[in-house]
Amino acid sequence: MSAVPISLTRRRPVGERIIERLLFLAAAVGVVTTLGIIAVLAFETIEFFLAVSPIDFFTGTHWSALIKPQSWGVLALVSGTLLVALIALVIAIPLGLLAAVLLAEYASPRVRTVVKPILETIAGVPTIVLGFFGLNFIAPHVLRPLLGPDNIGTFSALAGGIVVGILITPLIASISEDSMRAVPRGLREGAFAMGATKFEVVRKVVFPAAVSGIMASIILAMSRAIGETMAVVLVVGTKPQLTFDPTESIQTMTAFIVQISIGETAQGSIEYKSLFAVGSTLFLMTFVLNLLSGWVVRRFRTAY
Amino acid sequence: MAALAPASRTDSRFEPALMRRKVTGTLFYGACVAAIALLLLTLIVLLVDVFVRAAPWLDLQFLTSPPSSRPARAGILPAIVGTLEIGIIVGVVTFPIGVAAAIYLVEYASDSWINRLLQTNISNLAGVPSIIYGILGLAVFVRALAMGPTILAAALTLSLLILPVVIIASVEALKAVPHAQREGAYALGASRWQMVSRSVLPAAAPGIMTGVILAMARAIGEAAPLILIGAFTFVTFLPNPISGQYTVLPIQIYGWANRPQDDFQGISAAAIVVILALMLILNALALIVRARLSRHIQW
Repeated sequence: MSAVPISLTRRRPVGERIIERLLFLAAAVGVVTTLGIIAVLAFETIEFFLAVSPIDFFTGTHWSALIKPQSWGVLALVSGTLLVALIALVIAIPLGLLAAVLLAEYASPRVRTVVKPILETIAGVPTIVLGFFGLNFIAPHVLRPLLGPDNIGTFSALAGGIVVGILITPLIASISEDSMRAVPRGLREGAFAMGATKFEVVRKVVFPAAVSGIMASIILAMSRAIGETMAVVLVVGTKPQLTFDPTESIQTMTAFIVQISIGETAQGSIEYKSLFAVGSTLFLMTFVLNLLSGWVVRRFRTAY
Repeated sequence: MAALAPASRTDSRFEPALMRRKVTGTLFYGACVAAIALLLLTLIVLLVDVFVRAAPWLDLQFLTSPPSSRPARAGILPAIVGTLEIGIIVGVVTFPIGVAAAIYLVEYASDSWINRLLQTNISNLAGVPSIIYGILGLAVFVRALAMGPTILAAALTLSLLILPVVIIASVEALKAVPHAQREGAYALGASRWQMVSRSVLPAAAPGIMTGVILAMARAIGEAAPLILIGAFTFVTFLPNPISGQYTVLPIQIYGWANRPQDDFQGISAAAIVVILALMLILNALALIVRARLSRHIQW
């Protein structure tokens, strides 16, 4: 009995402890990054709010940063961003969920080896490529013939929404597929034994059981759509305005940040600081959505 | 029995509205197939459209020349070199840090509040929009650390962006190593680090390397953060990593696509073909590395 306690209480070698410290430091880089993002955004945003009233910023509906007289109503940018994100979700939710059902419930292993790479390829294409496609194909060759050249211009929220919708479909499909696969086989077989058809099993058994993952995937996709930059910036135009007309040219928060960054904006100017204020707004919106998706998973998860 | 069978088949009490329900099911299946077909069609149209536009412009001169204000003379050599330099630095920076962080989280971390914080933090970071990393890089690397708008600042910014991706992929790879592998190493008298470095890491290497290579592919396709790190410039020379201006492929694509003339859309498409080819090479590399490293692993 005496040998065992000795070996267990012996101090671990110094080398081992140093290695553990180093590994911990590597894991802590992420926390430093988060703190850095928050500090940088907060610092310049406070500077911005010393010059512009936060009330005007968050309630104003007119945004004009580069043309005098300047106006800082961020709702013009937020509404453009949300319009694009909503159009994207209207496209991506049905496409993504149908693809997920096909993969999780209907597809044979052979079909999967064809369908999975399609989704992965779409997910892997650099987003600027989708922006190029939106500018050169979807806007002129799909939307114009469909809606008539008088009704939609070169730049529109609709084209941006379609492009972002393509982009987030694989995200919804893959997370939803995973959560449908996690539904135990016995539940399906119980329903089949009661005489349900395949579609009824999907709709009344699998879908409700997987709903936490499906909702989380939709919220994450929305967060992704709000933060998407390069796919949007070529397609939606540079006209910040509060509108719900998808055929209008608009500007998203991300597209504004790009516009300010490529222009000749002096460091310390109010335009430069507005970049951080818009960045903070964007960060907060996506952060809340990311927290919400985690909460949905925990709150609505059904454990088996 | 023979008399009963046809009767029960027509008896609607046992199979209420079966015909209609089956039709609904078939329609739904049709919708699923249609959704996938639409996605496939979109992908094909995208690729064909880009290749048709790019074809007249893709030649050796395009690959070996600097950009020019005249599309016929323009090329993308500086953008290719900039992209490769950034890709290499990102790989060198994120590989050790990402793998070390994953080892800590899987093999060392006890269930304390600080370790749970580290874990939640990484999944939250993966959801931060890439352009926000650009703002961080602009304030920290370009300004505070006075690196200026250089390849180095851009590569470090992209490293922070893909670090969560590398960590998450490595954590998955480490978790997939069976527990017996660890017990076996301990049974032979290995210390924890000996167990990790000589037993678990080699077994997880295929998954980790695949994750790192795919994360590098993601980094070189990313453009939004680099617009804030000064990549949107007219560069006619080969970029130096630590000083001077630079550009990368996705930014070059954006710059040309922003011009209304058809010729510039054409060379933009040609640059897209180049970046897609680069992605294809990296994905193939990931497959090869995975196959080679997992030759000796079996469980």
